[in-house]
Amino acid sequence: MHFKAISVPKSGIFKIFMSERIKTGDGGIILTNAEDLMNWARLSSLWPMGFGLACCAIEMMATYAANYDLERFGIMPRPSPRQSDVMIVAGTVTFKMADRIRRLYEQMPEPRYVISMGSCSNCGGPYWEHGYHVVKGVDRIIPVDVYVPGCPPRPEALIGGFMKLQEKIRGKQEAVPGLFLEMEAAGEKAVYPNLPI
Amino acid sequence: MTFQEITDIVAGRFPEFAVTAETKNPQPALIVPAESIAAVCRFLHEDQRFYFDYLACITAIDNGTTADTMELIYNLTSIPYGIDLTLKSIFPRNTAETTLPSVPTVSHIWRTADWHEREAYDLMGITFEGHPDLRRILLPEDWEGHPLRKDYDAQERYHGIYVRYEDGKPLEPSSHPDRV
Repeated sequence: MHFKAISVPKSGIFKIFMSERIKTGDGGIILTNAEDLMNWARLSSLWPMGFGLACCAIEMMATYAANYDLERFGIMPRPSPRQSDVMIVAGTVTFKMADRIRRLYEQMPEPRYVISMGSCSNCGGPYWEHGYHVVKGVDRIIPVDVYVPGCPPRPEALIGGFMKLQEKIRGKQEAVPGLFLEMEAAGEKAVYPNLPI
Repeated sequence: MTFQEITDIVAGRFPEFAVTAETKNPQPALIVPAESIAAVCRFLHEDQRFYFDYLACITAIDNGTTADTMELIYNLTSIPYGIDLTLKSIFPRNTAETTLPSVPTVSHIWRTADWHEREAYDLMGITFEGHPDLRRILLPEDWEGHPLRKDYDAQERYHGIYVRYEDGKPLEPSSHPDRV
Protein backbone atom coordinates (compact mmCIF):
# COMPACT_ATOMS: atom_id res chain seq x y z
CA MET A 1 0.00 0.00 0.00
CA HIS A 2 2.94 2.36 0.38
CA PHE A 3 4.29 3.93 -2.76
CA LYS A 4 6.01 6.71 -0.86
CA ALA A 5 9.21 4.67 -0.89
CA ILE A 6 9.48 5.17 -4.64
CA SER A 7 9.81 8.80 -5.52
CA VAL A 8 7.54 9.39 -8.50
CA PRO A 9 5.95 12.75 -9.24
CA LYS A 10 2.16 12.47 -9.13
CA SER A 11 1.66 14.39 -12.30
CA GLY A 12 3.99 12.32 -14.41
CA ILE A 13 2.08 9.37 -15.71
CA PHE A 14 4.81 7.08 -16.89
CA LYS A 15 8.49 7.16 -16.68
CA ILE A 16 9.81 4.50 -18.97
CA PHE A 17 13.30 3.12 -18.64
CA MET A 18 13.92 1.10 -21.73
CA SER A 19 17.05 0.65 -23.68
CA GLU A 20 17.01 1.50 -27.31
CA ARG A 21 18.30 -1.84 -28.44
CA ILE A 22 16.15 -4.33 -30.28
CA LYS A 23 13.54 -5.85 -28.08
CA THR A 24 14.54 -9.11 -26.56
CA GLY A 25 11.41 -9.93 -24.67
CA ASP A 26 13.15 -9.23 -21.37
CA GLY A 27 10.92 -6.22 -20.93
CA GLY A 28 11.62 -2.84 -19.47
CA ILE A 29 10.61 -1.06 -16.34
CA ILE A 30 7.61 1.22 -15.98
CA LEU A 31 7.50 3.38 -12.91
CA THR A 32 4.23 4.99 -11.95
CA ASN A 33 1.85 5.14 -9.05
CA ALA A 34 -1.19 2.96 -8.72
CA GLU A 35 -3.60 5.87 -8.96
CA ASP A 36 -2.32 7.02 -12.33
CA LEU A 37 -2.19 3.45 -13.57
CA MET A 38 -5.79 2.83 -12.57
CA ASN A 39 -6.92 6.09 -14.10
CA TRP A 40 -5.06 5.31 -17.31
CA ALA A 41 -6.70 1.89 -17.47
CA ARG A 42 -10.13 3.37 -16.84
CA LEU A 43 -9.91 6.11 -19.40
CA SER A 44 -8.50 3.81 -22.05
CA SER A 45 -11.41 1.41 -22.09
CA LEU A 46 -14.58 3.33 -21.38
CA TRP A 47 -17.43 0.95 -22.09
CA PRO A 48 -20.70 2.77 -22.65
CA MET A 49 -24.07 1.22 -22.07
CA GLY A 50 -25.72 0.44 -25.39
CA PHE A 51 -28.95 2.34 -25.42
CA GLY A 52 -30.41 5.38 -27.14
CA LEU A 53 -33.54 7.40 -26.57
CA ALA A 54 -34.16 9.56 -29.64
CA CYS A 55 -32.52 11.09 -32.71
CA CYS A 56 -29.24 11.68 -30.82
CA ALA A 57 -28.92 7.90 -30.77
CA ILE A 58 -28.60 7.96 -34.57
CA GLU A 59 -25.57 10.22 -34.27
CA MET A 60 -24.27 8.04 -31.47
CA MET A 61 -24.57 4.97 -33.70
CA ALA A 62 -22.78 6.85 -36.46
CA THR A 63 -20.00 7.57 -33.98
CA TYR A 64 -19.67 3.87 -33.16
CA ALA A 65 -19.69 2.92 -36.85
CA ALA A 66 -16.80 2.67 -39.28
CA ASN A 67 -16.41 6.34 -40.32
CA TYR A 68 -15.79 7.67 -36.81
CA ASP A 69 -14.97 4.37 -35.12
CA LEU A 70 -15.14 4.97 -31.37
CA GLU A 71 -13.33 1.68 -30.84
CA ARG A 72 -10.12 3.54 -31.65
CA PHE A 73 -10.46 4.94 -28.14
CA GLY A 74 -11.30 1.60 -26.57
CA ILE A 75 -14.96 2.58 -26.45
CA MET A 76 -17.35 -0.20 -27.31
CA PRO A 77 -21.01 -0.50 -26.31
CA ARG A 78 -21.98 -3.13 -23.77
CA PRO A 79 -25.36 -4.82 -23.65
CA SER A 80 -25.66 -4.69 -19.85
CA PRO A 81 -25.35 -1.92 -17.27
CA ARG A 82 -23.37 -4.38 -15.12
CA GLN A 83 -20.55 -4.31 -17.68
CA SER A 84 -20.66 -0.58 -18.39
CA ASP A 85 -18.51 2.31 -17.19
CA VAL A 86 -20.31 5.20 -18.85
CA MET A 87 -23.89 5.94 -19.74
CA ILE A 88 -24.54 8.09 -22.81
CA VAL A 89 -27.95 9.64 -22.36
CA ALA A 90 -28.59 10.16 -26.06
CA GLY A 91 -31.97 11.77 -26.50
CA THR A 92 -35.16 13.03 -24.92
CA VAL A 93 -35.72 11.77 -21.38
CA THR A 94 -39.43 11.45 -20.73
CA PHE A 95 -40.89 11.12 -17.26
CA LYS A 96 -41.97 7.61 -18.16
CA MET A 97 -38.33 6.76 -18.97
CA ALA A 98 -36.85 8.62 -15.97
CA ASP A 99 -37.40 5.81 -13.49
CA ARG A 100 -35.82 3.33 -15.90
CA ILE A 101 -32.79 5.53 -16.46
CA ARG A 102 -32.30 5.97 -12.74
CA ARG A 103 -32.51 2.22 -12.24
CA LEU A 104 -30.05 1.50 -15.07
CA TYR A 105 -27.64 4.04 -13.57
CA GLU A 106 -27.93 2.37 -10.17
CA GLN A 107 -27.17 -1.00 -11.76
CA MET A 108 -23.85 0.21 -13.16
CA PRO A 109 -20.76 -0.64 -11.10
CA GLU A 110 -18.68 2.20 -9.72
CA PRO A 111 -16.80 4.20 -10.83
CA ARG A 112 -19.51 5.19 -13.29
CA TYR A 113 -19.77 8.20 -15.54
CA VAL A 114 -22.59 9.89 -17.43
CA ILE A 115 -22.39 11.79 -20.70
CA SER A 116 -25.47 13.85 -21.42
CA MET A 117 -25.73 14.03 -25.20
CA GLY A 118 -27.80 16.73 -26.90
CA SER A 119 -30.04 19.58 -25.85
CA CYS A 120 -32.94 17.41 -24.68
CA SER A 121 -30.99 15.55 -22.06
CA ASN A 122 -28.95 18.65 -21.17
CA CYS A 123 -31.88 20.91 -20.35
CA GLY A 124 -35.08 19.69 -22.01
CA GLY A 125 -34.17 21.18 -25.39
CA PRO A 126 -37.13 22.27 -27.53
CA TYR A 127 -39.51 20.81 -24.93
CA TRP A 128 -38.39 23.16 -22.17
CA GLU A 129 -41.65 25.13 -22.03
CA HIS A 130 -44.55 23.10 -23.37
CA GLY A 131 -43.13 19.59 -23.07
CA TYR A 132 -45.15 18.38 -20.11
CA HIS A 133 -43.71 14.90 -20.60
CA VAL A 134 -39.98 15.74 -20.80
CA VAL A 135 -37.56 15.82 -17.88
CA LYS A 136 -35.88 19.24 -18.12
CA GLY A 137 -32.36 17.87 -18.02
CA VAL A 138 -31.22 14.37 -17.11
CA ASP A 139 -29.14 15.92 -14.30
CA ARG A 140 -32.41 16.17 -12.37
CA ILE A 141 -32.33 12.40 -11.92
CA ILE A 142 -28.67 11.29 -12.17
CA PRO A 143 -25.31 13.13 -11.83
CA VAL A 144 -23.79 14.14 -15.17
CA ASP A 145 -20.04 14.36 -15.85
CA VAL A 146 -19.95 15.79 -19.37
CA TYR A 147 -22.58 17.73 -21.32
CA VAL A 148 -22.36 17.55 -25.11
CA PRO A 149 -24.30 20.42 -26.72
CA GLY A 150 -26.06 20.10 -30.06
CA CYS A 151 -29.36 19.07 -31.56
CA PRO A 152 -28.22 16.47 -32.27
CA PRO A 153 -24.44 16.79 -31.71
CA ARG A 154 -22.25 15.66 -34.57
CA PRO A 155 -20.14 12.55 -34.03
CA GLU A 156 -17.07 14.79 -33.58
CA ALA A 157 -18.84 16.50 -30.70
CA LEU A 158 -19.57 13.19 -28.99
CA ILE A 159 -15.94 12.14 -29.45
CA GLY A 160 -15.01 15.51 -27.96
CA GLY A 161 -17.25 14.71 -25.01
CA PHE A 162 -15.48 11.41 -24.50
CA MET A 163 -12.11 13.15 -24.61
CA LYS A 164 -13.31 15.63 -21.98
CA LEU A 165 -14.38 12.69 -19.86
CA GLN A 166 -10.97 11.08 -20.34
CA GLU A 167 -9.31 14.30 -19.20
CA LYS A 168 -11.57 14.34 -16.18
CA ILE A 169 -10.68 10.77 -15.26
CA ARG A 170 -6.96 11.38 -15.86
CA GLY A 171 -6.80 14.07 -13.21
CA LYS A 172 -9.00 12.25 -10.78
CA GLN A 173 -7.91 11.07 -7.36
CA GLU A 174 -10.36 8.44 -6.31
CA ALA A 175 -11.43 9.03 -2.75
CA VAL A 176 -10.51 6.10 -0.56
CA PRO A 177 -13.51 4.99 1.47
CA GLY A 178 -13.32 6.39 4.99
CA LEU A 179 -13.97 2.98 6.52
CA PHE A 180 -10.97 1.54 4.70
CA LEU A 181 -8.74 4.31 6.06
CA GLU A 182 -9.97 3.66 9.59
CA MET A 183 -9.37 -0.07 9.28
CA GLU A 184 -5.92 0.53 7.88
CA ALA A 185 -5.06 2.95 10.66
CA ALA A 186 -6.37 0.59 13.32
CA GLY A 187 -4.47 -2.33 11.79
CA GLU A 188 -1.17 -0.47 11.55
CA LYS A 189 -1.51 0.87 15.08
CA ALA A 190 -1.95 -2.67 16.29
CA VAL A 191 1.22 -3.85 14.53
CA TYR A 192 3.30 -0.71 15.04
CA PRO A 193 1.98 0.98 18.19
CA ASN A 194 4.47 3.84 17.93
CA LEU A 195 3.71 4.77 14.33
CA PRO A 196 2.61 8.39 14.13
CA ILE A 197 -0.61 8.28 12.14
CA MET B 1 -71.93 8.04 -53.97
CA THR B 2 -71.97 11.70 -53.06
CA PHE B 3 -71.86 13.20 -49.62
CA GLN B 4 -75.45 14.44 -50.01
CA GLU B 5 -76.71 10.94 -50.78
CA ILE B 6 -74.97 9.53 -47.71
CA THR B 7 -76.45 12.33 -45.59
CA ASP B 8 -79.95 11.60 -46.85
CA ILE B 9 -79.66 7.87 -46.23
CA VAL B 10 -78.27 8.31 -42.71
CA ALA B 11 -80.82 11.01 -41.80
CA GLY B 12 -83.62 8.78 -43.11
CA ARG B 13 -82.35 5.78 -41.21
CA PHE B 14 -82.01 7.69 -37.89
CA PRO B 15 -84.96 10.08 -37.67
CA GLU B 16 -84.64 10.10 -33.85
CA PHE B 17 -81.19 11.75 -33.99
CA ALA B 18 -80.41 15.24 -35.25
CA VAL B 19 -78.13 14.36 -38.18
CA THR B 20 -76.89 17.48 -39.95
CA ALA B 21 -74.43 18.15 -42.73
CA GLU B 22 -71.65 20.70 -42.53
CA THR B 23 -70.69 21.63 -46.08
CA LYS B 24 -69.11 25.06 -45.79
CA ASN B 25 -65.59 23.63 -45.76
CA PRO B 26 -63.88 21.73 -48.59
CA GLN B 27 -64.20 18.55 -46.55
CA PRO B 28 -67.91 18.12 -45.75
CA ALA B 29 -68.75 16.49 -42.46
CA LEU B 30 -71.75 14.67 -41.09
CA ILE B 31 -72.56 15.98 -37.61
CA VAL B 32 -74.24 13.51 -35.34
CA PRO B 33 -75.03 13.66 -31.60
CA ALA B 34 -72.51 11.98 -29.33
CA GLU B 35 -74.94 9.36 -28.03
CA SER B 36 -75.67 8.13 -31.59
CA ILE B 37 -72.05 7.60 -32.65
CA ALA B 38 -72.01 3.84 -32.13
CA ALA B 39 -75.35 3.24 -33.84
CA VAL B 40 -74.52 5.44 -36.85
CA CYS B 41 -71.07 3.87 -37.19
CA ARG B 42 -72.47 0.35 -37.10
CA PHE B 43 -74.97 1.29 -39.82
CA LEU B 44 -72.26 2.89 -41.99
CA HIS B 45 -70.03 -0.14 -41.47
CA GLU B 46 -72.62 -2.81 -42.23
CA ASP B 47 -74.94 -1.25 -44.82
CA GLN B 48 -74.27 -2.70 -48.27
CA ARG B 49 -74.47 0.74 -49.90
CA PHE B 50 -71.44 2.02 -47.95
CA TYR B 51 -69.29 -0.69 -46.38
CA PHE B 52 -67.20 1.83 -44.48
CA ASP B 53 -64.78 -0.89 -43.47
CA TYR B 54 -61.80 1.31 -42.63
CA LEU B 55 -61.51 3.79 -39.79
CA ALA B 56 -58.56 5.96 -40.78
CA CYS B 57 -58.41 8.20 -37.74
CA ILE B 58 -60.16 9.49 -34.66
CA THR B 59 -59.35 13.10 -33.81
CA ALA B 60 -60.28 14.75 -30.54
CA ILE B 61 -60.49 18.54 -30.28
CA ASP B 62 -60.89 20.74 -27.24
CA ASN B 63 -62.63 23.97 -28.25
CA GLY B 64 -61.68 25.65 -25.00
CA THR B 65 -63.58 26.97 -22.04
CA THR B 66 -65.21 29.84 -23.95
CA ALA B 67 -66.95 27.59 -26.47
CA ASP B 68 -67.18 24.94 -23.72
CA THR B 69 -67.35 22.07 -26.21
CA MET B 70 -65.22 19.19 -27.34
CA GLU B 71 -65.28 17.40 -30.67
CA LEU B 72 -64.57 13.95 -31.99
CA ILE B 73 -63.91 13.49 -35.70
CA TYR B 74 -64.03 10.07 -37.33
CA ASN B 75 -62.50 9.65 -40.79
CA LEU B 76 -64.06 6.69 -42.52
CA THR B 77 -63.13 5.07 -45.82
CA SER B 78 -64.99 2.48 -47.82
CA ILE B 79 -62.38 0.46 -49.61
CA PRO B 80 -64.87 -1.46 -51.84
CA TYR B 81 -66.61 1.72 -53.07
CA GLY B 82 -63.66 4.10 -52.75
CA ILE B 83 -65.59 6.76 -50.83
CA ASP B 84 -64.62 8.75 -47.76
CA LEU B 85 -66.76 10.24 -45.01
CA THR B 86 -66.01 12.58 -42.15
CA LEU B 87 -68.16 12.06 -39.11
CA LYS B 88 -68.17 14.74 -36.46
CA SER B 89 -69.67 14.89 -33.00
CA ILE B 90 -69.74 17.96 -30.75
CA PHE B 91 -70.53 17.60 -27.07
CA PRO B 92 -70.16 19.71 -23.93
CA ARG B 93 -66.92 19.92 -22.06
CA ASN B 94 -66.57 19.04 -18.40
CA THR B 95 -65.28 21.32 -15.67
CA ALA B 96 -62.82 20.40 -12.96
CA GLU B 97 -65.67 19.36 -10.68
CA THR B 98 -67.77 17.31 -13.11
CA THR B 99 -66.95 13.94 -14.62
CA LEU B 100 -65.24 13.55 -17.98
CA PRO B 101 -67.45 13.61 -21.09
CA SER B 102 -68.54 10.19 -22.21
CA VAL B 103 -69.07 8.91 -25.76
CA PRO B 104 -70.06 5.38 -26.90
CA THR B 105 -67.09 3.35 -28.10
CA VAL B 106 -66.75 2.14 -31.68
CA SER B 107 -63.93 -0.30 -30.86
CA HIS B 108 -66.28 -3.25 -31.35
CA ILE B 109 -66.90 -2.08 -34.94
CA TRP B 110 -63.33 -1.22 -35.93
CA ARG B 111 -60.49 -2.73 -33.90
CA THR B 112 -58.41 0.35 -34.81
CA ALA B 113 -60.60 2.46 -32.57
CA ASP B 114 -59.31 0.65 -29.49
CA TRP B 115 -55.98 2.48 -29.35
CA HIS B 116 -57.29 5.70 -30.89
CA GLU B 117 -59.86 5.97 -28.14
CA ARG B 118 -57.25 5.19 -25.52
CA GLU B 119 -55.14 8.04 -26.90
CA ALA B 120 -58.13 10.41 -26.86
CA TYR B 121 -58.76 9.40 -23.26
CA ASP B 122 -55.11 9.77 -22.29
CA LEU B 123 -54.46 13.20 -23.78
CA MET B 124 -57.93 14.78 -23.93
CA GLY B 125 -59.86 13.11 -21.13
CA ILE B 126 -62.79 11.76 -23.12
CA THR B 127 -64.13 8.48 -21.80
CA PHE B 128 -65.62 5.87 -24.09
CA GLU B 129 -68.52 3.79 -22.82
CA GLY B 130 -68.09 0.10 -23.43
CA HIS B 131 -64.39 0.30 -24.29
CA PRO B 132 -62.76 -3.03 -23.36
CA ASP B 133 -59.54 -1.59 -21.91
CA LEU B 134 -59.64 2.16 -21.36
CA ARG B 135 -56.18 2.81 -19.90
CA ARG B 136 -53.64 5.52 -20.67
CA ILE B 137 -51.66 4.60 -23.76
CA LEU B 138 -48.77 7.11 -23.89
CA LEU B 139 -48.35 8.68 -20.48
CA PRO B 140 -47.45 6.75 -17.34
CA GLU B 141 -50.30 5.14 -15.43
CA ASP B 142 -49.98 7.49 -12.48
CA TRP B 143 -49.90 10.76 -14.47
CA GLU B 144 -52.30 13.45 -13.34
CA GLY B 145 -54.58 15.16 -15.83
CA HIS B 146 -54.99 15.12 -19.59
CA PRO B 147 -52.27 17.31 -21.15
CA LEU B 148 -53.81 18.39 -24.47
CA ARG B 149 -56.82 20.03 -22.86
CA LYS B 150 -56.88 23.82 -22.97
CA ASP B 151 -57.22 24.14 -19.21
CA TYR B 152 -54.40 21.69 -18.47
CA ASP B 153 -51.92 22.67 -15.82
CA ALA B 154 -48.90 20.42 -15.38
CA GLN B 155 -48.38 18.86 -11.98
CA GLU B 156 -45.51 20.24 -9.93
CA ARG B 157 -43.58 17.00 -9.47
CA TYR B 158 -43.64 13.52 -10.92
CA HIS B 159 -41.91 10.89 -8.75
CA GLY B 160 -40.04 13.68 -7.00
CA ILE B 161 -38.77 15.33 -10.22
CA TYR B 162 -39.82 18.90 -10.93
CA VAL B 163 -41.91 18.85 -14.08
CA ARG B 164 -41.47 22.48 -15.12
CA TYR B 165 -38.28 24.07 -16.38
CA GLU B 166 -38.34 26.56 -13.51
CA ASP B 167 -37.80 24.76 -10.25
CA GLY B 168 -41.07 24.64 -8.40
CA LYS B 169 -42.33 28.06 -9.54
CA PRO B 170 -45.74 28.13 -11.19
CA LEU B 171 -45.74 29.47 -14.74
CA GLU B 172 -47.16 32.92 -15.38
CA PRO B 173 -50.58 32.70 -17.05
CA SER B 174 -50.07 32.77 -20.81
CA SER B 175 -51.45 35.68 -22.78
CA HIS B 176 -51.82 33.53 -25.90
CA PRO B 177 -55.45 33.64 -27.15
CA ASP B 178 -55.67 29.84 -27.15
CA ARG B 179 -54.94 29.71 -23.43
CA VAL B 180 -57.15 32.58 -22.28
